[in-house]
Amino acid sequence: MTAERTDHDPRIDPVGPVGPVGPVGPVDPTDPADPAEPLQARLPSLRPGDLERGRIPFELYTDEEIYRRELERLFYRGHWCYVGLEAEVPEPGDFKRTQIGERSVILTRDRDRTLHVVENVCAHRGVAFCRERHGNRRTLVCPYHQWTYSLAGDLQGVPFRKGLRRGGEVQGGMPADFRLEDHGLTKLAVATRGGAVFASFDPGVEPFEQYVGPTVLRYFDRLFDGRPLRLLGYNRQRIPGNWKLMQENIKYPYHPGLLHTWFVTFGLWRADNSARLVMDAHHRHAAMISTRGNAGTASEASQVASFKPAMTLHDPRFLDIVHEPWWGEPTAVMITLFPSVILQQQVNSVSTRQILPAGPGVFDFVWTHFAFADDDDAMIQRRLRQANLFGPAGFVSADDGEVIELSQRSFAAVPDRRTVVELGGRDAGDAVHMITEALIRGMYGYWRKVMEPGEP
Amino acid sequence: MDIDYAELLQLQATYAAVVDAGDWDAWCELFIDDCCYRLQPRENHDRGLPLATLSFESKGMLRDRAYGIRETLFHDPYYQRHIIGPPLVRARDAGRIRTETNYAVFRTKLSEPTTVFNVGRYLDDIVRTPDGLRFATRLAIYDSELIPTSIIYPI
Repeated sequence: MTAERTDHDPRIDPVGPVGPVGPVGPVDPTDPADPAEPLQARLPSLRPGDLERGRIPFELYTDEEIYRRELERLFYRGHWCYVGLEAEVPEPGDFKRTQIGERSVILTRDRDRTLHVVENVCAHRGVAFCRERHGNRRTLVCPYHQWTYSLAGDLQGVPFRKGLRRGGEVQGGMPADFRLEDHGLTKLAVATRGGAVFASFDPGVEPFEQYVGPTVLRYFDRLFDGRPLRLLGYNRQRIPGNWKLMQENIKYPYHPGLLHTWFVTFGLWRADNSARLVMDAHHRHAAMISTRGNAGTASEASQVASFKPAMTLHDPRFLDIVHEPWWGEPTAVMITLFPSVILQQQVNSVSTRQILPAGPGVFDFVWTHFAFADDDDAMIQRRLRQANLFGPAGFVSADDGEVIELSQRSFAAVPDRRTVVELGGRDAGDAVHMITEALIRGMYGYWRKVMEPGEP
Repeated sequence: MDIDYAELLQLQATYAAVVDAGDWDAWCELFIDDCCYRLQPRENHDRGLPLATLSFESKGMLRDRAYGIRETLFHDPYYQRHIIGPPLVRARDAGRIRTETNYAVFRTKLSEPTTVFNVGRYLDDIVRTPDGLRFATRLAIYDSELIPTSIIYPI
């Protein structure tokens, strides 16, 4: 037996690989061996140039094969996905269970304070062994046969590895060439910046800063500038809609001024607010930067049906907004990091919104609200109070889930139709106003490039 | 505080009746002015994390929610139906009575089957006012791990 055996050597593992099935490298778009069907063959209603100019086939949100391809190419390969905040695992031994795409992963903090992300699949029999969502452990142990891993995912011990000695005879045990180091948990690449943690199954993924790109990174750093964070808590919702709809939702800034009466009426986010929209060079990420205008002033933006000039609050503490120095001029910056997360700063409310797809027609949406460790009690209370605007019951955000669900209903029923995403033109670019859907067109231009096999 | 157990049951039943009937003004009036209403995931409650799904600190905030439901929040219409268990009296002192009460809420959307919407327990502080028993604090701590799309009406 050779000591250099690979995990998948069929001579040694006749029942198939049991070790960590390594992630495959980044897609070579010109790979003639790419077995994927061309998009147009898969999606009969997709016409050339459609996605780039803003005609999105309903099938793009319902097709099972397209969804599987998205998991592989967007969530498991070539991209960084959000897994949490360092503040969720502050102490050595702390762990948090979460997901990337549909795959369960565990974020751990090692005894030397290093962060690891490992897949929650026991190398022995595949058990998703970690059941608690958070906690503190010295080791990770699978309950089925007590395979024991370090917090970094290395296999440390296997019961009966040397067999059982009975009457001077050794019974059973692992083969002599069984090596613990061949059977660790799948380890992911980890990137942390300013207290936010990202991971990738793809060992060849580009550096995180390059992945985000300098334009959007500037706004990322505005929020996660390295101050210690304080976890405030979670909200979790399941939305029966395609995951891309939530990315879209935070990529066209004029909708809040139509759908969300609170935003319009109190001037928090309105079509006539001063705004900038920026994207990374690939058009996959974006930031929408807005500066709060005057509430209640008459303008074309206040002619929309959702504007309510007579609306006042019985308790104005919902909008007890205090301008924080780190904001600079903008009062709200919404960042979409493709494909997995939205970073929210809406006045004093700051949160991450993680997208966990669960099939073509449903995703889970996890809100993690936080504060800064140096906030005083009044600021903590303010952030908690303003959280009433956001989340699954929020004065503002509750409607977003509702309209996404209603869109998905049509997509499933009428798959051959296409959406019309033409506001602001038929191309993609940055903007200095809100009246555009250019960021959505940019995202789908990128989506096509990654999803198309053998792209010339 | 002396309270007839039947009075407690009547308060809980009245709460269910008004929130299931969509009578949001009556919902507000079941609280004292300086009240606390929170709808919070059990996860946050158990870990001492302060974030709530809804967190109101005055009757004024309840009235703002009532206005939001009627006037500003777009949502798919639905009925809700509360099934509230018998209250367990945890503590009582001169001013108030503290109870814990299980609840389950079913949601029925138009043209669709009824589903389990939100399940948990109420942790209440109840006081006597000239108008009868009222909630000083109502914490709705829900076990349900995932909110199905959204929660518009109070639980």
